[in-house]
Amino acid sequence: MAAPALAPAPSPAPRLPLHTISLFVNNKPGVLVRVCLVFSRRGFNIESLVVSAGAEGRFSRMTIVCSGDAEDLDQIIKQLAKLVDVVHAIDHTGDESYETEIALVKLFAPLDSRTQILQVAEHFKAKVVDYGSDSLILQVHGPSEKLDAFVDLLRPFKLAELVRSGKLLMARGVRVT
Amino acid sequence: MIVRCLEREGVEYIFGLSGGAALPIFDALSDSKIKLILVRHEQGGTHMADGYARATGRPGVVLVTSGPGATNTVTGVLTAQMDSAPLIVISGQTISPMLGKDAFQEADVTGITYPVVKHSYLIKSADEIPRVIREAFHIATSGRPGPVLIDVPKDIGQGPCTAAFTDALDLPGYTVPGRGDPERIAEAARYLREAKRPVLYVGHGAVISDAGKAITALAEKLRAPVVNTLLGKGAVDETHPLNLGMFGMHGTAYANKAVVDCDLIMAIGGRWDDRITGRVTDFCRRAVKIHVDIDAAEFGKIIRPDVSIHGDARLVIEDLVPQVEMADTAEWLAQIVRWRKQFPLKYPKQGGLRAQHVLDRLNAVTKGDSILTTDVGQHQMWAAQFCLTRSNRAWLSSGGAGTMGFGFPAAIGAQFAQPHKKVWAIVGDGGFQMTCSELATACVNKLPVKCLIINNNYLGMIRQWQEMFYDNRLSGADLEGNPDFVKLAQAYGAKGLRIRRPADVDRILREAHAWDKGPCVVVAEVVKEDNVFPMIPAGASLSEMLIEKPKHRLEKPSGST
Repeated sequence: MAAPALAPAPSPAPRLPLHTISLFVNNKPGVLVRVCLVFSRRGFNIESLVVSAGAEGRFSRMTIVCSGDAEDLDQIIKQLAKLVDVVHAIDHTGDESYETEIALVKLFAPLDSRTQILQVAEHFKAKVVDYGSDSLILQVHGPSEKLDAFVDLLRPFKLAELVRSGKLLMARGVRVT
Repeated sequence: MIVRCLEREGVEYIFGLSGGAALPIFDALSDSKIKLILVRHEQGGTHMADGYARATGRPGVVLVTSGPGATNTVTGVLTAQMDSAPLIVISGQTISPMLGKDAFQEADVTGITYPVVKHSYLIKSADEIPRVIREAFHIATSGRPGPVLIDVPKDIGQGPCTAAFTDALDLPGYTVPGRGDPERIAEAARYLREAKRPVLYVGHGAVISDAGKAITALAEKLRAPVVNTLLGKGAVDETHPLNLGMFGMHGTAYANKAVVDCDLIMAIGGRWDDRITGRVTDFCRRAVKIHVDIDAAEFGKIIRPDVSIHGDARLVIEDLVPQVEMADTAEWLAQIVRWRKQFPLKYPKQGGLRAQHVLDRLNAVTKGDSILTTDVGQHQMWAAQFCLTRSNRAWLSSGGAGTMGFGFPAAIGAQFAQPHKKVWAIVGDGGFQMTCSELATACVNKLPVKCLIINNNYLGMIRQWQEMFYDNRLSGADLEGNPDFVKLAQAYGAKGLRIRRPADVDRILREAHAWDKGPCVVVAEVVKEDNVFPMIPAGASLSEMLIEKPKHRLEKPSGST
């Protein structure tokens, strides 16, 4: 019996540019839905989203990393700013800002591969936060690109689980986030 | 407390349909001076409130129950959102301990309506009521107006409220633009002074901000022609010699030619809708584009303007007028006069009763002094072409959403709002049947509202498109089974009149116009197969306008609808 013909691998869709947007919003139910609708309706994919209380409890901060057509980004920002619950919406793409992210990586690592793993961890200043007989969890923080590199280096080992916080961002100096 | 707050906002009428979850509010209305208008369907009620709002600028208020009561308003809410009409929709909701438990007549109506409201509230405590209602009215009516939904669980609607009335607004993310940036206005003035072939494009924002007088002054000072959108009708008197009427898909040929040939186009409260730009990449490629709008998100959404002025249209134009001088447009205006003569709106005078003839005569009978509402379709475009609107808020039509069923209830709402005005709904046989149960509402309230049904027994615009672009393969266009609309009107207790022959048009329209003892339905039995021209096929550019029926078969249009 002839083997089924393999379909040619689909060429990967061109990667859309990534944007980082910060939002300062009222801390009320339903705000997140209104924000997400602005993105989804215009075909933007949200890559990461961090929401937490601001300095005053009545406001929250959202940091959103999304991918989509740069030309539409301006419209997204304006539509976000238009929402009654959004105090301000700022596009930080290409800005001077401090960015960081945290990742937790769980590896099922036999003892003989641990030296190598720990070398990688040391190089990235990652912390071992759980050390078991069959598994270990590493915690690393830094710019998202550093985390990408860290995870890629660990992939050849038995990478079991990955949790990333999503990008945290704060504008430097007097600029508003 | 809700009703007291509505009284405080000056609400005269509530258009509502009762139901279990809204009972406490309906009960409170028994002791209120607010008049409850019981509608027959929530969609009709929402369009009534919309018509009331468009005819006055004050928000229309709708009260419905939970679940299906609330979901039936969604079409009306979308219609108001697309056309920036201020609307307050209060929906009953199941009791708060049952929220999210699939209780009887429960629907997550805030969730369902997120994409079609300007803002919405789900009240969680009775003490929020005064603030929420104050904020809702402020949001609905200020800036770019729109619908606001307030969902009220039944226990909260009847619960004790210890909070006092308040004028305080807690809206840190919401600002209302006013005057435009003086530098931008000066920049626009410079462009306007240099333009040889300017056009002023007037949209619904000009109607909403009452900018008509200022725009007329600007047009006269510049000697610039004015074109309006479907919803911009009436901001500048359409009988003014500088006004070329509606442009776009079914606009006048001379308005479209002016837009195609202009060297400057200034949009005042318009959003460059696809019905008026045609293919965007070809739209006024060489012309300077100035855009005045109260909504900053409109700048660059469709067209990237050379100058954008963020502010209220009336205030911006008032600031602009002193900065311009009479422009050298004599040659341009002469060209426009030639186009007017060469390409007038016309229709065949023989071969039966023509909708255009009926609407042309309605224009003569009403003399631009009535409020006209329309449904959506061929009759709407013919009415927009032949019925010249002379004043603000006298033309109420569903533009952005293109909602069939809008016209008749909107006319009822407008008649409540302007009891001394004559109000005519111009509808097709298709759209009328979507909300004709509101004949009962009109009859019960003895409203002298008039309804002209342009009856061709077809979904006419669909038939036109199928004839032109789908080899005349009619599918889902024939409205076989139409009732006798005169008898239908009479069955409700309204006056019913019929026009069959061109010779009867004036007499019957006059008779209906003079009738003030209740609703009057005039049924014009027009020729079945007639098309609206001029026409720009969807997705084509304005320069591809068809002035009459083409001889050859056309490609299927590439535009959305």
